[in-house]
Amino acid sequence: MKVTAIAVNTFREGIRDRILYLPFFFALMAVVFSRVLAVLAVGDRVKIIKDVGLASISLFGMLIAVLIGTGLVYKEIDKKTIYTLLAKPIERWQFLLGKFLGLVLTLFVLTAAMALAFLAVILVHTSRVDGRLVLAVVFIFLELVLITAVAMLFSCFSTPILSSVFTLSFYIIGHFSWGLQTLIEKAPPGPARVALRVLYSILPDLENFNYKTDAVYGLKVLPQYYAFSALYGLAYTLFVLALAGLIFKKRDFV
Amino acid sequence: MATVLNIEDLHKTFISGFIPKKRRILKGISFSVTAGEIFGFLGPNGAGKTTTLKCALGLIFPDRGKIEIFGRHHLDARAKRRVGYLPEHPYFYEYLTATEFLDFYGQLFLMDRVERKEKTAALLRQVGLERAVDLPLRKFSRGMLQRVGLAQALINDPALVLLDEPLGGLDPLGRKELRDIIARLKQDGKTVFLCSHILQDIEMICDRVAIVAGGRVVSQGALLDLISEKVLYTEVTLSGLAEEDLIDLGEPVSIRSDRILIKVFQDANVDALLELVRERRGRVHSLVPRTETLEDIFVEMVKQS
Repeated sequence: MKVTAIAVNTFREGIRDRILYLPFFFALMAVVFSRVLAVLAVGDRVKIIKDVGLASISLFGMLIAVLIGTGLVYKEIDKKTIYTLLAKPIERWQFLLGKFLGLVLTLFVLTAAMALAFLAVILVHTSRVDGRLVLAVVFIFLELVLITAVAMLFSCFSTPILSSVFTLSFYIIGHFSWGLQTLIEKAPPGPARVALRVLYSILPDLENFNYKTDAVYGLKVLPQYYAFSALYGLAYTLFVLALAGLIFKKRDFV
Repeated sequence: MATVLNIEDLHKTFISGFIPKKRRILKGISFSVTAGEIFGFLGPNGAGKTTTLKCALGLIFPDRGKIEIFGRHHLDARAKRRVGYLPEHPYFYEYLTATEFLDFYGQLFLMDRVERKEKTAALLRQVGLERAVDLPLRKFSRGMLQRVGLAQALINDPALVLLDEPLGGLDPLGRKELRDIIARLKQDGKTVFLCSHILQDIEMICDRVAIVAGGRVVSQGALLDLISEKVLYTEVTLSGLAEEDLIDLGEPVSIRSDRILIKVFQDANVDALLELVRERRGRVHSLVPRTETLEDIFVEMVKQS
């Protein structure tokens, strides 16, 4: 109940925060105008619409996740609204979890709205919606949930600007860390390979959530891949949240 | 009377900066607040008042010391359930209306919808905000925020209300109204703990005070015990006499046209002065005996520490 109250309040704040509408509006524009781009480009027009649409949802969704993840928790601390909240009989983890769930709910509504616009454009062009497109959006959403958790973790001890830089770095590293896998295969057995393996285990691999190419080209994906990605997302998000909870638990609100 | 808040030997050091630097803020704070009183926690800026309060509320973790609220550990949810808190310079969710804001805080105490609705309406009436129920908090003035802040502190009908500089930044009328509300809290049987550096307000409403300076409590007790009723000196404003005539009787403070303000330190000299005025056919405009004030004690204590 307490966690729900904080989550609903966070959602209300997120939805009433006008700054969020900027990336949301841009994403909708990009989805709609992908059709114009398709006219100009050479090749399968529908594929281009799908490609640009999914990329827009992913990119602008990430911007929204960073904005709300780094902004809303820090604002509670900076504006000292957290003082009156934590003075009530609520645990710090309840505050953090409520905040996170509220942010996820905000993200869900915004992603769903972007996805609906995207699927409507696809429906107009193909008269049908491929389930793989929906799955691709679901995994984009799971990635955004993880990004939000990471942004929240950084905002527990840092300013919004630094937290944004850290979170964007996490995002970039996460999308290039798969290259380490190739390196591991090429490295000779020994300490170097072990070190690379450890590094790969620690760094996030956000390509696990990337089913955009498969959806655009209609490639078949085995269910266990989807299951692994969902589990990976859940485990990583829980790990990051637990870390945020530990930092938050010890923090003095001066 | 039962002890409501008990703090013993509280220590806190902050470490900050790129090159870590230690700042000892609390150096063994001890005091206790008993049920039904208005307790003033006085001190200059940076003395450790707010840090002590935040330690009691669990916002800051002390390095050492004991804090008990209603005989329980201060972080025990059963103790927290009976506490209300208004921070200094309150700032709340500006996108919420006053009703939404109080409703949200009511949910944190697991109140049902009907109870929250009734409580919210009653509290907004109590703090004089019944006309601003649907106004977003971003449109509230400083005084209105202070009132809605007090309303959120009372949402759970707390037995102990902790107020951090509640009268700071308010205009004289706002201060008077808030003082009246605080006095009513005491009449309703609540215990009020008031952090402030505005001595005039403390003197008007507090039963007992603790003066904190340099991270230590330097004096505490009932206000009436701390302030002696002994006359320190008498201020006399008179006219029709020359300044030279008065030098043996007191210390002239100011002369404006023919009016002289003089401080007279002994009762015998006051009588002599009045006799002199009568002899010279002068005139006494005012005669005010000055007793010790909280400000005198406060300044002395802070200087000593």
